[in-house]
Amino acid sequence: MTGLLASGLTDFLSSAVDPQVQVDAIGIGSIYALMAVGIGLVFGVLRLVNFAYGQLVMAGAFALAFASDRDWPVWGGIALCFLVVIALSLAMDRVVFRPLRTQSAATMLVATFAVAFLLQAVALLIDQSDDTLGEPAASLAKLNLPWTIWGTEVRKITVVAIVTAIVCLVALVLFLGRTTVGLQMRAASMDFETARLLGVRANRVIGSAVLVSGILAAVVAVMMTVQQPLVTSTFALRETIVVLAGVVLGGMNRLISATLGGFAIGYASGLLGGALPTAQSQYLPSFLFGLVIVILILRPGGLFTRAGGAVERV
Amino acid sequence: MRYGGVAAVRGVSLEVRPGEIVGLIGPNGAGKSSTLHAIMGLVRPSGGDVELDGRSLRGRPPEAVARSGVALVPEGRRIFGELTVEENLRLGLSGRRSQDGASEDVERVIEMFPVVGEFRRRHAGVLSGGQQQQLAIARALVSAPEVLLLDEPSLGLSPTVTDLVFGALETIREDGMAILLVEQRAQRTVALSDRSLVLANGEVRLTLTPDDAGDTERMIQAYLS
Repeated sequence: MTGLLASGLTDFLSSAVDPQVQVDAIGIGSIYALMAVGIGLVFGVLRLVNFAYGQLVMAGAFALAFASDRDWPVWGGIALCFLVVIALSLAMDRVVFRPLRTQSAATMLVATFAVAFLLQAVALLIDQSDDTLGEPAASLAKLNLPWTIWGTEVRKITVVAIVTAIVCLVALVLFLGRTTVGLQMRAASMDFETARLLGVRANRVIGSAVLVSGILAAVVAVMMTVQQPLVTSTFALRETIVVLAGVVLGGMNRLISATLGGFAIGYASGLLGGALPTAQSQYLPSFLFGLVIVILILRPGGLFTRAGGAVERV
Repeated sequence: MRYGGVAAVRGVSLEVRPGEIVGLIGPNGAGKSSTLHAIMGLVRPSGGDVELDGRSLRGRPPEAVARSGVALVPEGRRIFGELTVEENLRLGLSGRRSQDGASEDVERVIEMFPVVGEFRRRHAGVLSGGQQQQLAIARALVSAPEVLLLDEPSLGLSPTVTDLVFGALETIREDGMAILLVEQRAQRTVALSDRSLVLANGEVRLTLTPDDAGDTERMIQAYLS
């Protein structure tokens, strides 16, 4: 029995250090990190865990499928994806979040559940209108082809995902650190009431956070659609749940810890998915969430927060 | 003004003119901070009005009140500890009606509170209580308000820093700003202010002038009334 376990562990470790598995894991971690930033930004200013974030990604994926179906050029599809996701994100804030802003966190959370399931139901109706399950978004499929780098096959989308995530995160750091709106967003996420007393416009700050969050959702939609070109109403649902777990795991109160949490859970997911034998990959979600529970019991404030659970934001 | 069914402030009427300090003193729970919160739009008064230059501020959100020319130095300073001193000042600029002359105002405020300039690159959280209070006042002043509200600015400060803060208030008054000062240090506030209202149980019980500051008996009576 011990020998069997040791042999299994050796196989797992040798697969885990495989460069291709590592690169894929980093690629998944990068996408999840961007989702975590999108969720963390809105949480920072609204204290709202937006469960409907995945449906923004799904809407973007449907936009890409729509454009692909009509043979639009790739840039046209991407532009439509951004337009749809950003518009939906801002509409979500204007129609649902803004009127409920002064209500309890529980009320707002339930509202995001309602929005999520509403969007999913609408997507299902659209999907079923042609009597087939799923809408193909094939125009970006070229990005799924591999490059061979130093003998390792790396999918183009993995490189694109890693580079895009780095660019987005650097841009976000500059935006938050160098611009007045960025400064106001950071202040609002620390103490919104004081920020407002200083003249910081609540609607402007929240609108900016929702906008940036929407842009990131659109970026994620493009990258995920390349990897999963069949778009269904449950597109990005599982990923959102995993990322939410990652955000809590990393520590919700700071954007950096939430981002690291998102990356870590994406990386772990990619690593386990790539290294585990196919027959055992069915245990991946239970193992992953089991690990989340253990870590939260050990560090309830989050894996990447300072000891003592200091409540600091962004 | 009511919290639930409880009236926190009743029938308080006060006016602060440019170049004037009005003190608001009284025991804990008298309704001093609640009055400031009502002015800033943090709580909606159940009746009455708040006017600035004849324009009503009632029902406006806090950011709109701030942008119309009222700045609050809140109790407990509430500076952003994770941001630098300079970033805290930049946030103060959010409340300005115009950005013209902003850098001159910042320089003038730094002249008044040199510690703010000295530590401008440091995180505000590492400053001492007195330094944080100076930053909180500086942050309010860079918004170039017409009216400055201060909620217990000397709370927890050493006598030296308290002197500095009260000295700064005199300078600000001379510049023509209207100041409403909520304080626990009654005698000092009465001496500094053009007039001071003694608040108890949400009502104005007495109005004192600087001449009353030396009359300890009257001060005690005012508090016990």
